[in-house]
Amino acid sequence: MPSHQWVISPVAGLGRKAILMVQGLGRVTLFFIKGFVLIFAIPVQVSKIVHQVYFIGMKSVFVICLTAAFTGMVLGLQGYYTLVKFGSEGLLGAAVALSLIRELGPVMTAIMIIGRAGSALAAEIGIMRISEEIDALETMDIDSIRFLVSPRIAAALISFPLLTALFDVIGIFGGYLTGSCLLGINPGIYFSRVESSIAMGDIMGGGIKSIAFAVVVVTICCFQGYFTHTRKHGFGAKGVSLSTTSAVVLSCVLILVVDYVLTSFLL
Amino acid sequence: MTVPLIEFQKVSKQFGEQVILKEADLCIYQGEVTTIIGKSGVGKSVLLKHIIGLMVPDAGEVLFNGQPLSSMNREQRRELKRKFSYMFQGTALFDSMTVLENIALPLRERSSLRDGDILQRVSKMMENLDLEGIEDKYPSQLSGGMKKRVALARALITEPETVLFDEPTTGLDPIRKNAVHSMISDYQKRFGFTGIVVSHEIPDVFYISQRIAMLDQGQIIFQGSPEEIQAVSDSSIQEFVQGLEAGHDMLTGMIPQTQGERRFYEEMARLQRYQTAFSVLLFSLENLDEINEAANHATGQRLLQDFSRALQERLRTSDVCCRYGLNKIIALLPNTNEHRARLTCEKLAREVHLADVTEVRPYPGFHFQVSAGFAEAQRNNPLEDILIRAESKRNAVCEFRIG
Repeated sequence: MPSHQWVISPVAGLGRKAILMVQGLGRVTLFFIKGFVLIFAIPVQVSKIVHQVYFIGMKSVFVICLTAAFTGMVLGLQGYYTLVKFGSEGLLGAAVALSLIRELGPVMTAIMIIGRAGSALAAEIGIMRISEEIDALETMDIDSIRFLVSPRIAAALISFPLLTALFDVIGIFGGYLTGSCLLGINPGIYFSRVESSIAMGDIMGGGIKSIAFAVVVVTICCFQGYFTHTRKHGFGAKGVSLSTTSAVVLSCVLILVVDYVLTSFLL
Repeated sequence: MTVPLIEFQKVSKQFGEQVILKEADLCIYQGEVTTIIGKSGVGKSVLLKHIIGLMVPDAGEVLFNGQPLSSMNREQRRELKRKFSYMFQGTALFDSMTVLENIALPLRERSSLRDGDILQRVSKMMENLDLEGIEDKYPSQLSGGMKKRVALARALITEPETVLFDEPTTGLDPIRKNAVHSMISDYQKRFGFTGIVVSHEIPDVFYISQRIAMLDQGQIIFQGSPEEIQAVSDSSIQEFVQGLEAGHDMLTGMIPQTQGERRFYEEMARLQRYQTAFSVLLFSLENLDEINEAANHATGQRLLQDFSRALQERLRTSDVCCRYGLNKIIALLPNTNEHRARLTCEKLAREVHLADVTEVRPYPGFHFQVSAGFAEAQRNNPLEDILIRAESKRNAVCEFRIG
């Protein structure tokens, strides 16, 4: 190897990695765009969308309520003992409501849905890929992205904001439970602070985040499952397990990254 | 010269270092059933996947009616794909859908038929493939053979112009295996589709195929009719074909056609050397197609199986029965002249009753019609000529109706 190659090779390797990353990002974006556009292809697959709303949304209600209640209760406890040091425990309602609506609601909802439905999406589509079901759709001239991905994208776009709103409401009541029922803050003060502190912009911000998270989660999970066969060792059950793991890890990491980016723009 | 419907021109494909296809050339003609044979793992499924567009060649071209697939735009490819149907080796049924939903899927997604019409077509197809009563089951609740038949039903439900069958009968019992072959042949005659079958079922596929192609070491080493492949002198092809050929037809328990022909030549040699007369009986199951249509293909094959058994029970142990095509049986009667052959024929017509053939009446007015003919072999007479005489009006005296 010529001497200058020792210098060039690592740089070239880095460049190759970067190009692959950009290519991957492009493929994911095109995958989402195609899936999104095909939601509106005639005839619209209403029954499949409703079924997915039930799977992603309805079946997540219990876990969302549970986590929301405890998140709100913890916020109530922590907030009370912090605010009481400054003699401003009356602001507890505002603190709980703003933290939930701006940050915790969308992020926690997204993470809970990744765990409950996202992993299942990746595994289900991955199994369909390795058992040639997706190939079978193609041979029947049925667009597999329209058939499998579009209803899931539509369902995620519907379910995420609704579940986030539910999380926020239950969380605020959780804060009320600890703040008012356990620690004695006047309920009227708690709820009046909630009402006075929340602006429409906060709710809109939370809504935008939840929609962005829906796009990230459903795209990553479906993409990982759909392309199970193209990954290294992407065969059989092992391939599906790798896809599911990547789907969950990537989605969680990207949720936090996107949350930071969006927050910095929204504030 | 006829343009092939599908033509492979020097198609090559490799996965990593493993070469699967190496400049393979293949012609598939419209309205014919072409069977691709070859050792396991030689790349037959890969060949099929190139036709349906699931794989793209590394080099070479796949042409449809003379037009290269690579030069077609998306709309043309979609148009082409709509004419095709593919039955996967591993069935590729949707695990989360019921059997009924699986079979109805292509119609629900692609056609404008009303749900009632779709259900009617699905029911008829399920009945044909002996799949009644499992509409609400999921694929994981079915046996391997049943899954195969559900996959076959899904492939045929759209009445496609070209159907690709990847090992459609592997894992099926003899009756159902023959029912599937009979169904492919029957549907091919009725709808005139082009069939491309990957199979190891020799000689059964010879009965339903007009062309045979053999794939070996990445290349098509033989293309021609079933008769031509059996007559070919290449030792590797002969070894392969004879190696797969079963000693007995699994359905009827009779020897297969090629072995029957071999026995015929032995008898002919004896006739020429020692002047020992022998005769041939030909039994044609006249209304098997009608039974397949009115009941189902499995019923037709069960009747054929029972009739074959009844026949063999009444013939001498020295007589040799062999299956000759989908609905024909021939019997070689050594040391038998024409007069005795006629008596045997008449005896069989008298003695074989419906009770021997079936205990059930699959539909009102059911009967089983067989025409039996006989002919004494003459010196240097080819089998085909003898069979033509056996089928002629003078000799086919024993048309009997069981029922």
